[in-house]
Amino acid sequence: MLFSDLVVIGGGPAGMSAALAAAGHGIKVTLLERMESLGGQLVKQTHRFFGSESEYAGTRGIRIADILREKVESNRLIDCRRGSTALGIYEDGVVTFEEGTQYKKVNMDRLVVATGASEKMLVFEGNDLPGVYGAGAVQTLMNLYGVLPGRKVLMVGAGNIGLIVTYQLLQAGVRVAAIVDAADHIGGYLVHASKVRRCGVPVLLGTTIRAALGTTEVEGAVIQKLDSHFHPIPGTEQRLDVDTVCLSVGLSPLTELLRLAGCKMRYIPALGGFVPVHNSYMQTSRSDIFVAGDASCVEEASSAMMEGAIAGLSAAISLHVPSAGILEQRERRIRELAALRAGDVGAKIRNGLAVMAD
Amino acid sequence: MRIQQHPILNFEPAEEIPFYFEGKKLTGKLGDTIASALHANNIRMLRHEHRPRGLFCAIGNCASCLMEVDGRPNVRVCVEKLRPGMVVKIQKGNGTLGKEEK
Amino acid sequence: MFTQDGIVTKEMFESSLPSPQRRRKGPYAVMECYQKIPCNPCRTSCKFGALQATDDLNALPVRDAEKCTGCGACVSACPGLACFIIDETYSEWEAAIRIPYEMLPLPKEGEKVDGLNRAGVPVAEVRVLKVQAGKILDKTNVVTIAVPKKYLYDIRNIAVRRKEHG
Repeated sequence: MLFSDLVVIGGGPAGMSAALAAAGHGIKVTLLERMESLGGQLVKQTHRFFGSESEYAGTRGIRIADILREKVESNRLIDCRRGSTALGIYEDGVVTFEEGTQYKKVNMDRLVVATGASEKMLVFEGNDLPGVYGAGAVQTLMNLYGVLPGRKVLMVGAGNIGLIVTYQLLQAGVRVAAIVDAADHIGGYLVHASKVRRCGVPVLLGTTIRAALGTTEVEGAVIQKLDSHFHPIPGTEQRLDVDTVCLSVGLSPLTELLRLAGCKMRYIPALGGFVPVHNSYMQTSRSDIFVAGDASCVEEASSAMMEGAIAGLSAAISLHVPSAGILEQRERRIRELAALRAGDVGAKIRNGLAVMAD
Repeated sequence: MRIQQHPILNFEPAEEIPFYFEGKKLTGKLGDTIASALHANNIRMLRHEHRPRGLFCAIGNCASCLMEVDGRPNVRVCVEKLRPGMVVKIQKGNGTLGKEEK
Repeated sequence: MFTQDGIVTKEMFESSLPSPQRRRKGPYAVMECYQKIPCNPCRTSCKFGALQATDDLNALPVRDAEKCTGCGACVSACPGLACFIIDETYSEWEAAIRIPYEMLPLPKEGEKVDGLNRAGVPVAEVRVLKVQAGKILDKTNVVTIAVPKKYLYDIRNIAVRRKEHG
């Protein structure tokens, strides 16, 4: 049995920020990461981040991953356990995990769950064919392993991920036949849209994928226009010559461990689906468990890092560790997060959080 | 298909790793997962359960890419690192335990 | 419409141009950023105070053309690749436009390339005047092209005609 003041589950942007924030106030942290290296989804974000310059804006995600990883790995208060998958959370404060082929236990006083999210699926004929990928999978293949998913892609979804991954496909020399989205407007940042448009990729709104064609793998796709009630318009089917379909239709928070721990959950579509109810200190209905990042609500990596810092500081504060300026530091973080969400594009999250606070 | 040149990323040359897929000898690279090595060899069908299945999430969340590796079924090849001499097979159905090569 | 096709309209572009007198003086930046998103690297990159300071992270950038020297620091700093430098004094019938470029192959100075409009359609042959690819740019390279003045609004990208991409 290991003992730790604070256990952080997940070594992505939120989890690393939480571990660093708490360790910065002398808290002993055990960080569990199921992959062999830290970084979460940052390790494949080749684009420069938005947000505030003080929070790595203008820096590529891959570089932010390096910066955070270096800080975490060199911090003597953080026991960084890679290749460790959290399995359970018990009433007596024991977190169990699998490390390699070993089953291990850690006794904690406080817990931060920063498990991220998983990609959503879309229902259409042939959606199980090899060659239909989640957008994150395409990023992983290309940007982590240097391998192409195919030669010509249909992108489904014009949110930020769909637009960014389209651009990354172009950078890797892959053709993108079109981006389709059922909505009547582009959901992602319009600067991202302008970038892919001037590379010649059409964005077809009010349009969805009806089928992925092929026998053993994708050899084509059928798209179709939708009316204002999202019903397919007969006769508007169009066949596209593609070998890959990339889905970027949203993310679902990975909350199994939080449910297991008995945290109160609520279904809030604006935040990505079932999310753990939490306050502005990132504290859940269980006073010893905090959340951060996409596991708390699906948003950007920049907000995940801020939420992580708030969760780590809150965990430290609740342990009554006397540390100068910690309350002010948390207040500043909360203000920065609010500033990030203050604009037009933050409205959805603001509304979702208002529903949660209700 | 491997990326030869990339405007942002540098892919350093890596040691080649031989492995077997359906009895055929293929080559991957040090650092590859089984799935990335197969994709680099243009192999995208990884499993067959009534219908062909391939890679979907690539980070170990879903169960789309389960293959038989060295006799062990249900290996998530998206997160399993490639090792020299691995024997990789398309998994048909649920797979059977007890055939592992010790 | 911009929110449906991601294409900045001619009206939007023209309304963000400096005064005619300033345009005749030399290079200036255009910030083709028309949606309030949380972002500020352009503001912090400007050494001349030409981008109004604000506490609102979501505020649109406002460029003071009198302070802007057209130095181009914002071009490679903008995460949205939405800043461009226009120099209408380059020649009588051509303007020099500096664009951020993150594709391969990089063009060479003097090379003739396709000038692409905002929908990626080639509209004119353009000449590459300069290629900046220094380490400080961190791979958001900056390519200066000579563009016929009648395409001042249209051309925002290039396609290199050589095939050198894996």
